[in-house]
Amino acid sequence: MDKSGEAYWRATLGLLTPILVVWFIVSFGFGIILQPMLDGIMLGGYPLGFWFAQQGSIYIFVALIFFYAKKMGQIDREHDVHED
Amino acid sequence: MDLRTLTYIVVGASFALYLGIAFWARAGSTSEFYVAGGGIHPVANGMATGADWMSAASFISMAGLIAYNGYGASLFLMGWTGGYVLLAMLLAPYLRKFGKFTVPEFIGDRYYSNTARVVAVVCLILASITYVIGQMKGVGVAFSRFLEVDYDTGLYIGMAMVFFYATLGGMKGITYTQIAQYVILIFAYTIPAMFISMNLTGNPLPQLGLGSTMADGSGMTLLAKLNLVVTELGFKEYTTSTIAGRFDMAVYTMSLMIGTAGLPHVIVRFFTVTKVADARSSAGWALVFIAILYTTAPAVGAMARLNLHATIQTGEVGSPEGNLAYENRPQWFKNWEKTGLLQFEDKNGDGRIQYYNDKNPEMVAKAESYGWKGNEMVKVDRDIIVLANPEIAKLPNWVIALVAAGGLAAALSTAAGLLLAISSAISHDLMKGIFMPNISDKFELNAGRVAMAVAIMCAGYLGLNPPGFAAGTVAIAFGLAGASIFPALMMGIFFKRMNKEGVIAGMIAGIAVTMLYVFQHKGIFFVKGTEFLGDLGPNWFLGIQPNAFGTIGAIVNFTVAMIVMKMTPECPPHIQDLVESIRTPRGAGAATGH
Repeated sequence: MDKSGEAYWRATLGLLTPILVVWFIVSFGFGIILQPMLDGIMLGGYPLGFWFAQQGSIYIFVALIFFYAKKMGQIDREHDVHED
Repeated sequence: MDLRTLTYIVVGASFALYLGIAFWARAGSTSEFYVAGGGIHPVANGMATGADWMSAASFISMAGLIAYNGYGASLFLMGWTGGYVLLAMLLAPYLRKFGKFTVPEFIGDRYYSNTARVVAVVCLILASITYVIGQMKGVGVAFSRFLEVDYDTGLYIGMAMVFFYATLGGMKGITYTQIAQYVILIFAYTIPAMFISMNLTGNPLPQLGLGSTMADGSGMTLLAKLNLVVTELGFKEYTTSTIAGRFDMAVYTMSLMIGTAGLPHVIVRFFTVTKVADARSSAGWALVFIAILYTTAPAVGAMARLNLHATIQTGEVGSPEGNLAYENRPQWFKNWEKTGLLQFEDKNGDGRIQYYNDKNPEMVAKAESYGWKGNEMVKVDRDIIVLANPEIAKLPNWVIALVAAGGLAAALSTAAGLLLAISSAISHDLMKGIFMPNISDKFELNAGRVAMAVAIMCAGYLGLNPPGFAAGTVAIAFGLAGASIFPALMMGIFFKRMNKEGVIAGMIAGIAVTMLYVFQHKGIFFVKGTEFLGDLGPNWFLGIQPNAFGTIGAIVNFTVAMIVMKMTPECPPHIQDLVESIRTPRGAGAATGH
């Protein structure tokens, strides 16, 4: 792979990794493993762990994809590999 | 106007709309047939993906699963949405850049092997057929309840509908009908939920209502009230109980996530957009449209459970007047008794209905002191939760008619997407790709239509003669896709050096391990009596239920692929160059078959 291609792929992986970490923490972390602990905290009428498992993780998934799409667009342009 | 006439009108109008769209969006080329010509707007594709994705399982069964399993059912919510994050970041943009028609085609080209392509076709067909049976059953059930035709007739009407618009329009027809189907199903799902949320909590938004205080003046939150009601009757606490433990829950969630990202009928939807950047944002839009239903479902489940208990347990638990007298049961109760999905048996002969958990020893002792002789609601089919919801909440007839049309839209849209994935694997991958490479575009288009017709007949046959395991099949389809196709695609993009030997061995090992585990607990090809280990917790490997085993299958797939790769010839340089070109967005033309 040439230099610029390598840098682009590194930047891509550098974006994917933190997003996947957040993806894992909100679902498997807050929603499943830490649910009994978080349930001690209330979010309105929701125990917090339960809220992450049935509502919060889904909202965060949506936000993560749009964040990814936007950031990838910037990375594409920085490395001059964008379309049209 | 009576409910039946109204239902006929609403369902009939929705069908007329699908047929109109099908006629308008006829496919004229293989590109239109397989990928809708490749010019679908990302938001429109997101909406079509939503309908493609949300099946009868999401629309009809999921809220019922949540109602009965409470917190434990969160695995369906997180699993069936979290997969889109993986799809958006790991697969969709790169497969779009590759720019071909089908998933096996990518695997065949990337791994420079027709064998890999055929293995992928087999995995695709196994996962998709498992999935489509559930949809056909959903069509039959919805017809038989709402239109009062029998199950078989309902199934034939459904098959004829899909046949007409899917063979005529291919992906193009399916895309535009799915957009219409999304609109119908989302209204059908959210309108009753808003009414019910308003009634119970005074907040019309179900997502907020579930976290609100009850409007009955008790000052309790809805979830606290629900916990109290169910535990008083001996059921497990709603907001904390899991289905088979926390470890199984995590493994099951992961299995659904990677299955979501690996199901071909969803992946091909991202081949229909114009650019790589569109594939990324379109996945986000798809999840927005899906999230509208998925964040409403927990409220539907919890509120329906609360309403159901409130209907039956009218007074204090244990007081002689505390239970609903059978002769005073509401009309919806009678309607659903007729279908056999709801059954009452007066075990203690007092003419009243006792609905409690008679598997809980502590509750049994208490129940005896009340003069109760066992749970008398001998059958409460969980699918009722959504279908009977508007009746339980006393909503107007047009809402009930809309729910019927919505359930049919959900089942038909997913069935059409799956059938297209199956038929294009046959006409494009097997016929054009391997056995008859010289056929013309026109011939392939017609072959695709014939393959579609055959696939519909097979699916219909399996819907009429469900192999006895239909209820639990949807989750297994995810396990099969997650254990075979997802790892193959992901390694194809992220491990440049992965070679054909590695990926073929990996796919076979992954799907075999998953199927064997399912067979060992549920019978070989689900034939009862051939299972060599009972389907019980203590027999499960690390306590993982068969439905959740796709995660282990995927781990086996990755591991086997890595080991075999190290022992076999390296991936040729021109393939490594191909992977590099897939990784950058520039130069993504329209999807082509060549």
